[in-house]
Amino acid sequence: MSDNTMTANTQKAPLEFLVKGDHHPQNGTLLGFWIYLMSDCLIFACLFATYGVLGRSYAGGPTGMELFDLNLIAISTSLLLVSSITYGFAMLQMQANKVKGTMFWLAVTGLLGAGFLGLEVYEFHHLIHAGAGPQTSGFWTAFFALVGTHGLHVFFGIVWLVTLLFQLKKHGLIPANKRRVFCLSMFWHFLDVVWIGVFTFVYLMGVLP
Amino acid sequence: MFENLDLTKLIFGRLTWDAIPFHDPIILGTFAVVAVGGVAMLAAITRYKLWGYLWNEWFTTIDHKKIGIMYIILGLVMLLRGFADAIMMRLHQAMAFGDATGYLPPHHYDQIFTAHGVIMIFFVAMPLVTGIMNYLIPLQIGTRDVAFPFLNNFSFWMTTGGAVLMMASLFVGEFAKTGWLAYPPLSGILQSPGVGVDYYIWALQIAGVGTLLSGVNLLVTIVKMRAPGMTLMKMPVFTWTSLCTNVLIVAAFPVLTAVLGMLTMDRYLDTAFFTNDLGGNAMMYVNLIWIWGHPEVYILILPVFGIFSEIVATYSRKPLFGYTSMVYATVVITVLSYLVWLHHFFTMGSGASVNSFFGITTMIISIPTGAKIFNWLFTMFRGRIRFDVPMLWTLGFMVTFVIGGMTGVLLAVPPVDFVLHNSLFLIAHFHNVIIGGVLFGLFAGITYWFPKATGYKLDEFWGKMSFWFWLIGFYFAFMPLYVLGLMGVTRRVSHFEDQSLQIWFQIAAFGAVLIAVGIAAFIIQLVVSFKRREALKDETGDPWDGRTLEWSTSSPPPPYNFAFTPQVHDLDAWWQMKQHGFQRPESGFIPIHMPKGTWAGIVLSGISVVCGFALIWHMWLLAGVSFVGLIATAIYHTFDYDRDYYIPAEEVERIEAERTRVLANV
Repeated sequence: MSDNTMTANTQKAPLEFLVKGDHHPQNGTLLGFWIYLMSDCLIFACLFATYGVLGRSYAGGPTGMELFDLNLIAISTSLLLVSSITYGFAMLQMQANKVKGTMFWLAVTGLLGAGFLGLEVYEFHHLIHAGAGPQTSGFWTAFFALVGTHGLHVFFGIVWLVTLLFQLKKHGLIPANKRRVFCLSMFWHFLDVVWIGVFTFVYLMGVLP
Repeated sequence: MFENLDLTKLIFGRLTWDAIPFHDPIILGTFAVVAVGGVAMLAAITRYKLWGYLWNEWFTTIDHKKIGIMYIILGLVMLLRGFADAIMMRLHQAMAFGDATGYLPPHHYDQIFTAHGVIMIFFVAMPLVTGIMNYLIPLQIGTRDVAFPFLNNFSFWMTTGGAVLMMASLFVGEFAKTGWLAYPPLSGILQSPGVGVDYYIWALQIAGVGTLLSGVNLLVTIVKMRAPGMTLMKMPVFTWTSLCTNVLIVAAFPVLTAVLGMLTMDRYLDTAFFTNDLGGNAMMYVNLIWIWGHPEVYILILPVFGIFSEIVATYSRKPLFGYTSMVYATVVITVLSYLVWLHHFFTMGSGASVNSFFGITTMIISIPTGAKIFNWLFTMFRGRIRFDVPMLWTLGFMVTFVIGGMTGVLLAVPPVDFVLHNSLFLIAHFHNVIIGGVLFGLFAGITYWFPKATGYKLDEFWGKMSFWFWLIGFYFAFMPLYVLGLMGVTRRVSHFEDQSLQIWFQIAAFGAVLIAVGIAAFIIQLVVSFKRREALKDETGDPWDGRTLEWSTSSPPPPYNFAFTPQVHDLDAWWQMKQHGFQRPESGFIPIHMPKGTWAGIVLSGISVVCGFALIWHMWLLAGVSFVGLIATAIYHTFDYDRDYYIPAEEVERIEAERTRVLANV
């Protein structure tokens, strides 16, 4: 089969089997980071599934309906959602090649993230005092694991963001740094999307009777 | 709370002298051998001043070929440990009948079967598969390295770090006594208060980081870095199966991370995921771990299918029959592997409809797998077959794997499974597919590509010895287990009353001894081949008249793999190049852009091992310090922007001129 095509080919112009000159494959960092995020998403999927299974296992302890404070969650949710917008501003500044503006909006994003984390720590503290710690029941175990894992991600996002601020200050908007800002951007928005899931499934549905 | 602060406890946690198994002569003897051997090796490295060479050329390398070789060495070393466990169990079971108690106390026996499973899957099969993928993928797709060279080095060292913790459990403390998947509530803190399960958790978590990152890395490499002209349907089959395997790794290992994380929380923070009380649900663990676990077995077998496809085509001197159907079969298996996890526990009692669904999906998987077997058979049909050692492994695989596959379909029938669940029939089945499939394939692949990596072939005679002892040994070792399983003998039992069963266990032990000879023959083969390397030398770079791009470069390939990036026109690119009388260019070389070696991988992995060890022993101070150190080191590494360099054109010219000279003498 292939012999026929080959003889046909040889009669035409000879095939070129090497790329003359420098050949550079495309950079795969963004794709790689995206794939990593999808794998991270599966960790959250497991935690959501766990929450789904244990979501009514109160073991006689307090329920979410009794203890969730939706006003507090509304504030922390808006902090996180706004931080995604400010990250968008940082990206716009980066595209305009303005290093100062990029750093400013990144810093604002970090502060909003820190505010979100502060409220989460406050909420956890409050819940544990009200007798709903991670050891209380299957439900609270699943709750703290899911919300806590998200919070941990935000924390490391902030660590990364601060590191990046130093690197931007040192090297400016060189291609390597731009790539890093882009990756953190994906990470940050990803955490937002996960939070929307948490907000809906844990808090909004949690207060339903 | 501060009056309870005990400095010794803060520093050493629960580690005391009791943790060292002085009372156990078997472990103490092993330790003596390992210690003497280890000291001798370190002394030899120092004596011959090899530290600098090892550090610069191997430990810090980002060359995918060297990392691949290191993975394979890791896998082979761990194979010896895993097999030592296996033969200990076989000998023990062959004698522990009636009044005879055998030579292993039950708590030791339980650790051995757990360690055997964990080692063989995570630290033998995975490193060997990853190593071969690492070595070959960039060569097969005509590129110079993987997408993220540093991550590749880091992944290898994390896998090794996990293996180090695994080995440490032998001499410091104990290993899990739970079976290789550590089901709760047995693996919970109430039933397993010791350090065994913690060793299990942290060894797997650390190695898991490596596996996941290497999955991302190879996936991006295949998607982004193929040589120009190599469209997806012109990729070599091995690259295709590797692509699917890495998709599975990325989509399955996070589940393992998550479920082990939950078990960790149950054990360390007293939470209630899988507990019997407070609304926990132990079956959730079993579900989650098999959602990882079933894809995992396809992670192991798919690349091996690729290896067999390459070998069958080369040694039959024909293009692979049904390339397209092979690719589709691989993709179908990839997808289906996520829809069958429940067949591992039909006895959970999820009801007839759920069990039928999973039974049927399981049976459906045998269709694409069967298609592959027929493709290989049709490739051989009217081919000019050469019965070299890789081809022998392939034929052994095709017979053995079909038997294992058919017993698998038997187990997929839920009513049958209710009878055979957790019996030795199951043990026989999965060893039938993992040894007859994965292991035979890995040996075939190692033999096939060995000349590519080293520049000389493996000795034929000892290769054949290894093959026949493995093959016959396998049948002696595992066919009796099918019989025993059908008679109702369950797994993980360390003592039997019914004397009539003993003969079957003795036959199985004889099989294990034959396999031991097979392993010895493999090691002898390596030594003999090294000694005869001048006679076995391959200077062409293409000893088997191969078809794919890895054979177009020298053996071993230069650091940059290809002086010029290949331009691909058809499947079996190198075969086509040979048909067209391709001439190697001998001038016009240009500088080549390459990544630099880095210390970061081995250092980060070392800190992770310390952190894991501290967590296992509840040394909170050390755990905290090393974790912060880990993050700080990782951040410090990100401040290093100077990660690449150019190999000057003169250097390329020198290497290529040397090759021209060698080729002229062939």
